[in-house]
Order: sequence, then structure tokens, then C-alpha cells
Amino acid sequence: MFKKILIANRGEIAVRVMRACRELGIPAVAVYSEVDRASLHVRHADEAYFIGPAAATESYLNIETILDVARRSGADAIHPGYGFLSENPRFARACREAGVKFIGPTAEAMELLGSKTRARQAMERAGVPLVPGSSRGLEFDEAARVAAQVGYPIMLKAAAGGGGKGMRAVRSADELRSAFDSARSEAERAFGDGEIYIEKLIENPRHIEMQVLADEHGHTVWLGERECSVQRRHQKVLEESPSPIVDADMRRRMGEAAVKVAQTGGYTNAGTVEFLVDAGRKFYFLEVNTRLQVEHPVTEMVTGLDLVHLQIQIAAGESLPFRQEDVQLRGHAMECRIYAEDPDNNFFPSPGKITLLLVPAGPGIRRDSGMYEGWSVPLDYDPLLAKLIGYGSDRQQTIMRLRRALHEYFVGGIKTNISLFRRILKNPEFMAGKLDTGFLDRVLANPETDPVKKEHPEIAAIAAGVFAVLEQAPATRNGASGGSAPASSKAGSSGWKLAGRVESLQ
Amino acid sequence: MIYDVNIDGTDYRLELAREGSGWKCRLNGREVALDAVLTRANVLSVVIEGTAYEVKRELTPVDLHFWVGSARYAAEVRDPRSLRSRRQASGAAHGVAKLVAPMPGKVVRLLVAEKAEVQAGQGVLVVEAMKMQNELKSPKKGVVQRIVAAPGAAVNAGDVLAIVE
Repeated sequence: MFKKILIANRGEIAVRVMRACRELGIPAVAVYSEVDRASLHVRHADEAYFIGPAAATESYLNIETILDVARRSGADAIHPGYGFLSENPRFARACREAGVKFIGPTAEAMELLGSKTRARQAMERAGVPLVPGSSRGLEFDEAARVAAQVGYPIMLKAAAGGGGKGMRAVRSADELRSAFDSARSEAERAFGDGEIYIEKLIENPRHIEMQVLADEHGHTVWLGERECSVQRRHQKVLEESPSPIVDADMRRRMGEAAVKVAQTGGYTNAGTVEFLVDAGRKFYFLEVNTRLQVEHPVTEMVTGLDLVHLQIQIAAGESLPFRQEDVQLRGHAMECRIYAEDPDNNFFPSPGKITLLLVPAGPGIRRDSGMYEGWSVPLDYDPLLAKLIGYGSDRQQTIMRLRRALHEYFVGGIKTNISLFRRILKNPEFMAGKLDTGFLDRVLANPETDPVKKEHPEIAAIAAGVFAVLEQAPATRNGASGGSAPASSKAGSSGWKLAGRVESLQ
Repeated sequence: MIYDVNIDGTDYRLELAREGSGWKCRLNGREVALDAVLTRANVLSVVIEGTAYEVKRELTPVDLHFWVGSARYAAEVRDPRSLRSRRQASGAAHGVAKLVAPMPGKVVRLLVAEKAEVQAGQGVLVVEAMKMQNELKSPKKGVVQRIVAAPGAAVNAGDVLAIVE
């Protein structure tokens, strides 16, 4: 087993990996940028090293600096989390050359699966179901032929693609020319590679992915699917397992396809095979995410496994401690991604100081979080603050538990999307499990039908006065209120003091 | 104490005093059997005739809100004896308006120059936070008297960035 693990990440995922390290008795090393000195992952670490300015390119993405910290701290393995360097084959290779184990797949597997056309070619040969289209880059004339063959509407996609860049939906032949040219130039700008291929456009698909786990001795297993169709602008918002439409037979077929994908790609460690599923429940291979996913807790809840423990054990050379037939799925789990963004203002990011944090607990609730009260959310990184995961014996109970937990959850001082989840979790289509990747955009296009009722303005008025009195006459406060004095006097106390303070900022 | 409290645009007159360990409370002249305990900073437990409410106070450099359960109320509290609060209350309607940064970020560019005329809702400058750009708009029609922030400057929530008169 490893002597020490460096976590090349920040936020909730760094905290989550450090928890696993502590459970396994392995010291954890944090790295932090200038604006992350007070971040939660530094507080959870055994050792912490400064790695540079706020800009990720000069800190969390700086391969040399991170390997230097590994050397100085004596870490013999690096967990990359998700994002940042997690899917960068250059980093995986640099780790290997430095004699530090990268906890994830090999650089070679990442390269094969990172190129969409190369991955399609390999999967085609292996007999994995693919969205009809081309498996290599095309010039315009060929593109026109392939598009006519598979039939419009089609998608143009960049071979090096990601994040929706170099992607265009084309509905008819006369749109193809301009879409092709703009997709190509966008791909060239974004990835330095203008290779474009074609896939048939699947209308209103579901996005369902399969978790796989492969050790370094040739054993690969699947751990059930995650339904990820609730998205806003290609960004996942809520995930659940099992999917409302996947039955045991479909799950086994998807799982076996995913295992075949992983084996074909020479994959090791934890990975996710993404599928598109059409209205007829046919599934098509889309791509492989060669990392631990944000939504991995959903799978942990229904399998009872700890994926980060397993990642570390696999990277240390251990064999998978169970076989496929030992994997049992039980109950239903759902994850809400809590972002620092304002649902009432077009989901604009909302960094700033968290002045009050009340967290949910109780049956079936797990919270993976990178925030705490008094912390200022920096404006330099992804706005994911925390994940609220609900677990229950079935989908209905899980939804009701999450609704209850969202009622207990309060983040003050910044805006979060907590209210969005209240809206999703009581939506009749959602309740019925009728989902596709257009679901959330349709919900948001309509005004909210059942907003939180404002029934007690007079209670707010009375409370406003109580706070003002308590803060004006500290000597007469009762014991229970004593603890508030330093925090509130520092933050500015009542409305009229506040107004004066804002005024004095001029 | 007497307070004028405005909740979501509605005014309330609140008379409030401590009475032993409890409270004496009149809201718009009506007596309320108030039991209120501060349970931790910014969280008040209110019980009125057997009904319990948890009230959270959310204070940012630019505004004040109270949450009763999951409902959020914008609040303004005025002590009628305070001169400054009276001036503050009337100042917003006419005269000077300030453009305040709603979040920490960086000023990316200015959309108008000083002394330019702007319409209500017209963009004055652009602030970037978390890789997204947000246009800050003039709250009123007028002339941009002063632009305090320069492009590239880091700003905190509540900083005054420009003044429109």
C-alpha cells in the first residue's frame, strides 16, 4: 500500500479523497493556490503545500509544480480527483516517469479513449453499439455523403472534442456547409485539431452512464447505471441510480457493453462509459470518462462500495476483492449538485462569503461538501460547492427525503441553486421518471407553477425587530444569544447600521 | 423600541421591548404573544401561540433578507429616530444612485465614459466572476458622474463602482 497520497485537486472532491485516505490510514497531502489557503481541503489534510497563484494554469494545472510537491513530501501516489489534470495523459505519463503512481488509468488508455474517432473505431471492431455515423475525420464532400446516408438530422462533432465545443446539430443538407466550416474552425481554435466526424442526431435522448472498475490483473466489473438526463446546457445537475427506465436485462446488456469498452481500451481503475438512450430504449456508446465522476456517490450508495478506497487499492496493485456476481444493487440514490449560482438571475455565478450555513442530516442523507460557514467562495474555479445525496428504499422515498433535506439546508450570504432542486423534485414529469436531456430546459422555460408561498411576512417583520433589539442591548440578552455577539457586530448588525456602512464605502 | 420595518415592499410599525426573559410586542398596533430565542448567530426560533418558525437572517454588504422556512423576504429596518436612516430612505428615489458590485470579481471593461448619459437598465461596466461576465446596469436614467473602478481592478461585493446622477 502507498505510504502517502497527494491529492492534486481542491474543493469537495479533495475532501472526499482525503476522507478515504484517513480511513485507509494513509497520510494525505493537499496542494493549494493563493486563494485556497483557507479552503476546507487544506483543513482536512495531514500536509499542505502552496503551489502558486489563483489561476489554475499556474497552480492546479501545473504538472512540474505538483510533481515537485510529491517529491518534497515523499508522496508515492497522486489522486487527481475530477477536472484539472485528471484526464490529461501527459500528466499520467509524467507521474510514471517520476516514479509516482497515478491513481487512474494509463496514459495510453486515456489517449485512445480521449480521441472520439479512435475510440469509435476500436468500439466498432469490438461490436459495441454506436450511434450511426462515421468513425474517422471527414472532408466536406465525404461529410455530405455520410450525412445523406445516415439521414438528417445529424451532429457534427470534433474528434478531440469536449464541453460542447466544435459541435453542431444540422437539420438539413443546405445547412451543412456553414455548420461544417464553423465547427471545424471552432475545433481548431479550441483543441488545435480540426478533425470533424458525423453522428446521427438522436432527438431528446436520455443520458445514462455505466460505472466500471478494472484492476491491473485483467478483471473488469460493472457497478450499475446512473441516469444523468437532468442537465442545463450540457452540465449535469441531478443524477440518480437506478435509472427509472433501466430494467435488469437492459442493465446487464449495458454493463456488458461497458466492460467490453473498458477492456478494448486497456482500461484500469474507475471509469464511466456514457451511453445515449433513444425513445425506444436502444442504447449507443457515446464516450468514456477516464476519471472518478462527480456523481460517483450515487453508485456508492446503491452498491455499498467505496469507489475511492477501491481506486487506491487497485492502483496499489491489489486484485478486485469481489466478482461481478457479488455486486448487489439495493435501494435508490439521487444526487443534487449544489452550485454557487443564482437561479433567479440566469444561473449567474455567486462567489462570496458564506455568512450562515445550516446543514441537513438524518436518515438517508449524505453530504459531500467543500464549504463551511465563514469561508469565502473564490471566484476563480468551478462553482460546485457541495453534493447532497439522498438514499431510500425506493425512488419515491428518496425524493421525499431529499425534499425534506433541502428544507433543512440553508446557505446564506451567497446565492445557490437549492431552490432549483425543490422545483425539480416536485415536477410531475420528474416524479414519473419521464426524463430526457431537454427536460430541465423545458422546465426552466416556463414560469414556476408552484413557487414557495410567502405566508409569513409579519414573522419576518417581527424577527427583524428582535434582531435589532438584541444587538442594541447586549447587556439584557439571555444566555442563548451570547454566542452571536462577536460575529454579528463584525458583520454589521441591523438594517440601519448596514445602510450606513454601505454609504460609507463611497 | 419602535421600528419601521419594510418587508417585500409592505411597511409594518413594530413596537418591541424586552419583558423579563420574554417580549412585549405590538405589530401595527396589534398585540402579539411573542416568544423569540436566538439559537445561534443569525438564527431565531420564534413561537407564537404554539406555532413554531425558524427565521434565518441573511446579511450581505448590499442587502438584508429574512427567511421564514424556505420563503425569503427582503427587509429594511428603520429606527424612526435615526436621521441618517431617514436620509438613506429618501435618497434612493431621486438624486444620486450608486452602482454596487453584487459579488466579488474583476472589472473587465467599461461600457460608457464618465459624464455620459445613460438610460435606466443600460449597461455601465462588465464584471467577471467564476469565468462568467456580468453586465452591471444603471438603476436609473441620468449622467454617469464618476466611474470609480478601472478595468482590471479586483472588486469586493458591496464596492461602489460608479455613480449615476
